[in-house]
Amino acid sequence: MKKKYAWLLALSLVLSMFLAACSGGEKNTADDDKKPADDAPEVEQVLNFINGDTIPSMDPGMVTDEYGIQFTAAIMEGLYRLDENGKPTEGIATKHEVSEDGKTWTFTLREDAKWENGEPVTANDFVFSWRRAVDPNQGSEYGPYMMGGVIKNATAVNKGEVPLDQLGVKADGDYKLVVELENATPYFESLTTFPTFFPLNEKFVTEKGDTYATSADTLLSNGPFKFSSWTSTANEWELVKNPDYWDAKTVKLEKMTYVVVKEPQTAVDLYEKGEIDRAGLSSDLVDQYSTHDDYTVEPDNSVFYIKMNQTKNPALKNVNVRNAIARAFDKQALVDEILNNGSIVANGLVPKDFVPTPDGKDFREASGDLMEFNVEEAKKYWEKALTELGTDSVEIEFLGGDNEVSKMMNQYLANQLSTNLPGLKVTLKEVPFEQRLELDTAMDYDMQFAGWGPDFLDPYTFMNLWLTGGGNNQMGYSNPEYDKLINETATTLALDPEKRFENFLKAEKVLFEDAAIAPVYQRAGALLVSPKVQGVFTNQFGATYEYKWASVGAEE
Amino acid sequence: MTRYILRRVWYMLLTLFIIATASFFLMKILPGSPLNAEDKLSEEQKEIILEKYGLNDPVPVQYAKYLGGLVQGDLGVSFKFDNTPVTQILVDRIGPSALLGFQALIVGSILGIFLGLMASIFRNSPIDFSSTIIAVIGTSIPSFVFAGLLQYVFAVKLGWFPVALWGTFEHTILPTIALAIHPLATAARFTRTEMVEVLHSNYIITARAKGVAESGIILKHGLRNALIPLITVLGPMAVGLMTGSMVIEQIFAIPGIGEQFVTSVMVNDYPTIMGTTLLFAFGFILIILIIDLLYGLIDPRIRLAGGSK
Repeated sequence: MKKKYAWLLALSLVLSMFLAACSGGEKNTADDDKKPADDAPEVEQVLNFINGDTIPSMDPGMVTDEYGIQFTAAIMEGLYRLDENGKPTEGIATKHEVSEDGKTWTFTLREDAKWENGEPVTANDFVFSWRRAVDPNQGSEYGPYMMGGVIKNATAVNKGEVPLDQLGVKADGDYKLVVELENATPYFESLTTFPTFFPLNEKFVTEKGDTYATSADTLLSNGPFKFSSWTSTANEWELVKNPDYWDAKTVKLEKMTYVVVKEPQTAVDLYEKGEIDRAGLSSDLVDQYSTHDDYTVEPDNSVFYIKMNQTKNPALKNVNVRNAIARAFDKQALVDEILNNGSIVANGLVPKDFVPTPDGKDFREASGDLMEFNVEEAKKYWEKALTELGTDSVEIEFLGGDNEVSKMMNQYLANQLSTNLPGLKVTLKEVPFEQRLELDTAMDYDMQFAGWGPDFLDPYTFMNLWLTGGGNNQMGYSNPEYDKLINETATTLALDPEKRFENFLKAEKVLFEDAAIAPVYQRAGALLVSPKVQGVFTNQFGATYEYKWASVGAEE
Repeated sequence: MTRYILRRVWYMLLTLFIIATASFFLMKILPGSPLNAEDKLSEEQKEIILEKYGLNDPVPVQYAKYLGGLVQGDLGVSFKFDNTPVTQILVDRIGPSALLGFQALIVGSILGIFLGLMASIFRNSPIDFSSTIIAVIGTSIPSFVFAGLLQYVFAVKLGWFPVALWGTFEHTILPTIALAIHPLATAARFTRTEMVEVLHSNYIITARAKGVAESGIILKHGLRNALIPLITVLGPMAVGLMTGSMVIEQIFAIPGIGEQFVTSVMVNDYPTIMGTTLLFAFGFILIILIIDLLYGLIDPRIRLAGGSK
C-alpha cells in the first residue's frame, strides 16, 4: 500500500508545482491594455519602447547621458531642431543673422512658442539657462564643455573669474537673442539643437529649486511631447503629445510608452510578443536575428582607433613603426567576426555619413581611405623601422577595455600585430573604462584602444582632438602643420566653408602621413524595428532619435 | 528578553557602523569618479564639479560629513539622479525586491520542507529519488540560467506568463520561481536529512510506543525538531535571495533594488552605493536577529529570557 501511495504523492507533487505556477496566468493576454489594436481601422498613434536604463536627469543644463539627452530633446526645444537630413530647422528661433566677423549671432524667436504653463518662451529664458549651465555653483558638466571656447567668456565665468552677466548672451527685447562668440563658429547653429542650449523658464526653475526636473510635475515642456508620468527613479513612463507646442499640428504621435529593460534577450522576447516596437540586439543575438524581417542596422558616429603614445615607448616615436602598426591588422575580419553588429571598417578619422563637404559629397568619400589594412606595406614599413631602430625585436604594451567584446578585440588585435609584424611583441593590459581614462590622462600607456563620439556637426569635433597639447591628445602627437590647418578652420577660415573643408581634408592627410592613430572601426547598432514605426529619424549627434515627425503606420 | 533584544540592537548598530566605514573607504579606492563626461572635461572643469559635490575635501572630512548625515538619517543626494535623495531611490525600489524575496522565501521553504518531509517518510522511494534530483538541479543550476529557461518555456513558447516587466501578480510568478528554486533545494535536503535522523531518535520510538498517530509523530514530534537546523540556513538563504535578485531583476526587467545597486556601482554613484549597501546590511542583520528569536520559539531549550543573568 505504501508504495502505491508514494507514486501518487510523487505525481501530485510535480503537478502541484505546475499548478502553483499556472494559477492566474491565463488572463494575461486579456488585460494587456498596452498593446495597440493592430487591426483597428484607424491606427492608434501609440508606440511602445524600452529604454536601457532610467532617465537620471531631465535638467537640460545637467544632462550628460544618452537618455537624459534623448528625453529632454523630446519634451523641449532649443533655437533649432535637427530635421530628417540632420539639418537645423526652425525651432524656437525662426531665423538668425550672423555678423560679418561671424562672432555675433542674432536669433529671431517666434512669438507663438509657449511653455506648458502658458507663459511665452522668450529670449530671457535662453539667457537664464545658458548662464546657469556655466555657473560654477551649478556644477554642470556639459555646460562648460559645450559652451567653453564657443560662447564669449564661458570658461572665465565657469572659473568664477568674471560675473555671470559677462557671458556672451543677451536678450534684446523678448524675441531677439544676441549671442557673442569667442571665435567665429560655423557649426554654432547645430550646437543650439543640443539640450545644454535649451531655454529654461526662470520663474519655474527657481520656484522648484532642488526639486526641478525630478518628476513630471516639476518639469516644464516647450517641445513636441510632455511627460504624463515620470519621476527620476521611475522604471516606466509615458510621453504624450504636447497640445501647447507651437507646431502641434505636425506632431502625429499621441503617446509613447517606455519601460526599462536592460537584458537584450528579454527585450527581444518582448519584441517577439509584440509588446514593444523596437529592440536592440547584442552581438551574440545578431546571428540569430539577422535574417529577421525587421532587422536593421543603425549607424552611429562613434569612431574607434588605436592611439600610439609617442612619449613613453621610444619605438612609437618612429613614424615607420606607427605606419606599420596602423596597416597590420585586418579590420574587416574584426567587424565581421568579433563585433558582428553592422559596424564598418574605418580608414580615416571623420566617420562616414556624418558631414557633407560644401559641394555635397560625404566627407569620408571626399577624403578617401587614408589608412587601410595592407600586410605587404606594413611589413615594408616595419623592416625600415627595425633598421632605423637598430634592433630586431620591439615590445609594446596594448591598453584596452575589460568587457567581453573588448577583450576579444584586444586579443585579436595583439595577435594580428605580432603575427604580421615579425619581431613585435604585444603585451595586453585590460582595465575598466575609468582606469583607462586615468592612464590616458597620465599618458601612462604605449598603445591604447580608444574612441570618440561627436559633440557637434562638424569635422572639428574629431580633428581638434589631435592639436598640440589638446586636452584629449594625451599621446604626445604634435605637428605644426596640422595645428595650423585646424586652427585656421576656427579662426581665419571660419567663414569660408570651402577653404575650411579643404583644410580639414588636408589635415586628415597629414594626420595619417604621420600615422598618429590607427583607425579601426565606426560603430553601428543592430536592431529589430517594427515596420509600423515611421518617421523616427536617427540624429547625427545629440538625441539618438527625433520623434517630432514620428507616426504609427499600418502594420503589414 | 527585552534586555537581550536591546543588546542585540546595540550590536546591530555597531555592525552597521563598521560596514558603513568599511564600504566608505573601499568605495574611495574604486577607480574613476562619478563624472559622466569624464573623458571630455578638462582637469580644471572636473575640479569645479568635484568641489561642488564636496569630493575635493580630504577623505577623513568626507567621512565625518557622511557619518554626520547618516546619524540624522540623511543618506545624501544621488550623483546620478540629480537632486534625488538616496532615501527616495531606496523607498521607490524596495517594494518589488522585498515582495519577490518574501514570496520566494515562502514558496521555497514551504515547498522545500514539504518535499524533504515526503522524501524522509518515503525513503528510497521514487519520491525520495525525485526530491534528490530536484535538490541537485536546484543547487547546481545558476539562477540566471534557470530564469532564462523559465522565461523561454513558460512565457515565450507557451505564453502562460508575461515575458518580463512588473505590475500584476502574474508578473511576479516566474521571477519568484526562479528565485525560489535555490532555497527550495536547500530546504528539501536539510529537512530530509534532519527528519531521517529525528525519526530514529528515542522520543519518537516512545511516542510510537504510546500509540501516537503517525501524523502526530511526524508533524508534532518530528518536524518541529527537524526544523531547528533548517532555521540556521534561513539566514544564508535570505542573503542568497538578496544577491540572486540582482540577476533575476535584470533578466525580468524588474525595478528592484538589486538591479539599482549594480547600476550605482557601475557609475560610481557613491551616495547610492552606500545607501544600498547599508540597506542590504541592515536587512541581513535584521534577518539574523529574527532567526535567533525564532530559535527560542521553536526550541524551548534555547529560550533566551531564562539564559540572562
